[in-house]
Amino acid sequence: MIPALGLLVGLAVGLFLHPTVPLALQPYLPIAVIAALDAVFGGVRAVLDGIFNDKVFVVSFLSNVVVAAFIVFLGDQLGVGSQLSTGVVVVLGIRIFSNVASIRRHLFRA
Amino acid sequence: MSQAKPGAPAPDPAPGDPSPGRRLLRMARPRATKANALAALLAILLGFAVATQVRQNQSLGLESLRQSELVNILDNATLRERTLDQTARELQTTRDQLVSGSTGGAAALKAAQDRLDSLRILAGTARASGPGIRMTISDPGSKVTSPVLLDAVQELRDAGAEAIQINNIRIVASSHFNQGASGIEIDGKSVAPPYTITAIGDPATMSSAMEIPGGLAENVRQLGATITITQSKDLTVGALHPLNAPRYARPVPQQTPAPAP
Repeated sequence: MIPALGLLVGLAVGLFLHPTVPLALQPYLPIAVIAALDAVFGGVRAVLDGIFNDKVFVVSFLSNVVVAAFIVFLGDQLGVGSQLSTGVVVVLGIRIFSNVASIRRHLFRA
Repeated sequence: MSQAKPGAPAPDPAPGDPSPGRRLLRMARPRATKANALAALLAILLGFAVATQVRQNQSLGLESLRQSELVNILDNATLRERTLDQTARELQTTRDQLVSGSTGGAAALKAAQDRLDSLRILAGTARASGPGIRMTISDPGSKVTSPVLLDAVQELRDAGAEAIQINNIRIVASSHFNQGASGIEIDGKSVAPPYTITAIGDPATMSSAMEIPGGLAENVRQLGATITITQSKDLTVGALHPLNAPRYARPVPQQTPAPAP
């Protein structure tokens, strides 16, 4: 409940403050957001599986974000930044989908 | 505070035990653990990042694009610019043609009108007015013959007369002078003295041309007739010459039918 409220608070703050992303962070923010979403869905799935662990969630969240940003950074340095971020998005998207499928199975038994 | 031990895994219910919805609810109950606070903080960050990114994406400028995308955009822009450039040039050409066509049309119309006016004055089908002289030759002894009048017309034309009328006969290119039995005939119509000659042109030039020694005035006076010449700023040559379509002469077709400017 508190994290869900936090999500809403963060959304509201972001919408009202009109923050601008620093130029250096611009390529990494979207990937980081998707990695974080993956962690969130993974967390929800873990809750439903009954194996949720707060510490695991926090660590996986942070590591997901950092690793995703790092991969994009590496890709940018190697000159394959756009392809690599596409790949990261695809992988994270697949994970999100499988997590959502698992959640769905739990919630609707279908 | 259902979860007493911080960081501990959630109790693992056996599959098929309390419904997943209820488990989710229980999990969602606020717990004052450090990890939960951290998770909330991360969630705030995530929400903030999502909102920021969405907003950023909506106001996306070129600066956030990668080099290859920029090259693509540049290529597209160049291509489009070339296409538009060509279109603009075609339209410009069309516009130039239209403009020159319309102004050329107006100019041609004006030139044609001017030409028509001068031709009508030359052909004697239009009244003409302007500065000129009026000569009256009174010939009591009937000594003035047609060659004298022809001379007068010739001298007037030499002096730049543009429209000439003798009594009420317009003198044009085809006018002919005859010495008939009853007197002078111009274009087959007899003319009786006194002869009044109206000529439009430069008054000073024409009157001095009439008065030069050995000129018309002297000739006429030698014949015993009297001549009076008056200059005027505004005369009207009102007689008209009936226009007959030529029966035999035909214009030679020109290569360019456009009127000379």
